[in-house]
Amino acid sequence: MSLLSVHDVKKLYGDSCGDCVSLTGDAAGTNQCPDCGTVVACADINFEVHEGEVLGIVGESGSGKSSLAEVIALDLEADGGKVRYHPYDGNLLDANYQERVELRNQHVGMVHQHIRDGLNLSFSGGGNVAEKLLSADWRRYEAIRDRVRDLFNQTEVPVERMDDAAETYSGGMQRRVQIAKALATEPELVILDEPTTGLDVSVQARVLDVFRRIQREQGVATIVVSHDLDVVRLLADRTLVMRHGRVIESGLTDRIMEDPHHKYTQTLINSVI
Amino acid sequence: MILEIDDLSKTFEMHVIDNKCVVGLDGVSFDVREGEFFAVVGESGSGKSSLLKSIYRSYQPSSGCIVYRSLDGPVDLATCSEQQVLKLRGNEIGYTSQFLDEIPRVPAVDVVARPLREGGMDPDAARDQATELLRALNLPEDLFDAFPATFSGGERQRVNLARAIAPQPRLLLLDEPTSALDPDTRAAAIDLLETYLDESTTMVGVFHNPEVIRDIADRVAMLENGHLERVVDVSDYRREALL
Repeated sequence: MSLLSVHDVKKLYGDSCGDCVSLTGDAAGTNQCPDCGTVVACADINFEVHEGEVLGIVGESGSGKSSLAEVIALDLEADGGKVRYHPYDGNLLDANYQERVELRNQHVGMVHQHIRDGLNLSFSGGGNVAEKLLSADWRRYEAIRDRVRDLFNQTEVPVERMDDAAETYSGGMQRRVQIAKALATEPELVILDEPTTGLDVSVQARVLDVFRRIQREQGVATIVVSHDLDVVRLLADRTLVMRHGRVIESGLTDRIMEDPHHKYTQTLINSVI
Repeated sequence: MILEIDDLSKTFEMHVIDNKCVVGLDGVSFDVREGEFFAVVGESGSGKSSLLKSIYRSYQPSSGCIVYRSLDGPVDLATCSEQQVLKLRGNEIGYTSQFLDEIPRVPAVDVVARPLREGGMDPDAARDQATELLRALNLPEDLFDAFPATFSGGERQRVNLARAIAPQPRLLLLDEPTSALDPDTRAAAIDLLETYLDESTTMVGVFHNPEVIRDIADRVAMLENGHLERVVDVSDYRREALL
């Protein structure tokens, strides 16, 4: 069943002349409007995410993938389109401030690329996760401690470190605490933005394995945004390829990797070193 | 019939090389009976892997039908939705290639146990069964808890094969799963295919080794340059091999 469906989502940076979308994209070879200079971060975006499914979004820097993820995570206002998300009645993009806060607290988990966007590093690791639970109306101290302990175990963060400041954690641990925080309130959807960027190769593998295990066990639907084809290959069931603010190809991940159709996707696959 | 393939073609358009078109399969038609071992032979480049990948939908067929009789009724694998493909891969259709593709730093036994756990088996029971499969394939015991990235080609291939057969899929697609194995291990692998999988599993397999085909295939399809030349019973294949 479809958990999330996205129709014609659009996000522009700049004062649009009104023709920006038709003057940019794959055929035009740019995401910047030649008339007014507006950047079309994404346009004509259509896709669905089904329950328990992992959707990958790949593309180079500036392709629009992070803007798209932020729109869906309700961190960024869109300039048009419709998003249906099962826990919300109506167009998600029209949700008011209060509704957005509630959705973010309870129904969407986000793992940010930049640790500082996801964690308060001067708080303890456990405190960061507890904060998310508090915002979702968890009130009993012991229940919160138990839940944090349980999440630390699942994400393989040493429980004995839960009261230490997050800034004393290794990069891989910080990333896993973010995963614990994102999953804390059992959201229906989790969004991972460049989950392995800035981590050593050996640590990357562990983060991916921890996430994939939990994802399969809990069946949480996931959108994973990455410029790294390997990350998407290992996690995603289906993949969208973005370029110049548009989805230029989509399909089963192994089909995209082994039988790429679009010229750009073929170049991308052939460029893996 | 569990699989009916009709006029299947696959063309690759290579934009990177001046939009050159490469024909992988051209008008291939055949049926596979439930429970049989259907072998595909042909020289390299004849389309054997393209055929298996088209059935698994790792390749998007250019035209034609691949009707698979699933437990929920017939499905055209060439055109059905991606969600349907994913569901069938989870429940009914397995695929194994020569190469292992796994998240690094997962122990071999857990790689094999994963599909069993995902099928709902208790984690300890899944590990036990995975251990048994790896043992039956003569993988050295001290490798069970090691990471396959450091394994030899033959060792990886055993992990890969064990993982593919573990959930006992209804349709198993095998793409040269024993190419890197020595004769004794290959015999153990074939033995395991025959004993662990019963007649509820149908196999479509590419094997480069004619002995394997003579031993276990029921029928043999011969491919040449993307065309299906003919399909023969294994008795005829054996007789022709002697001539």
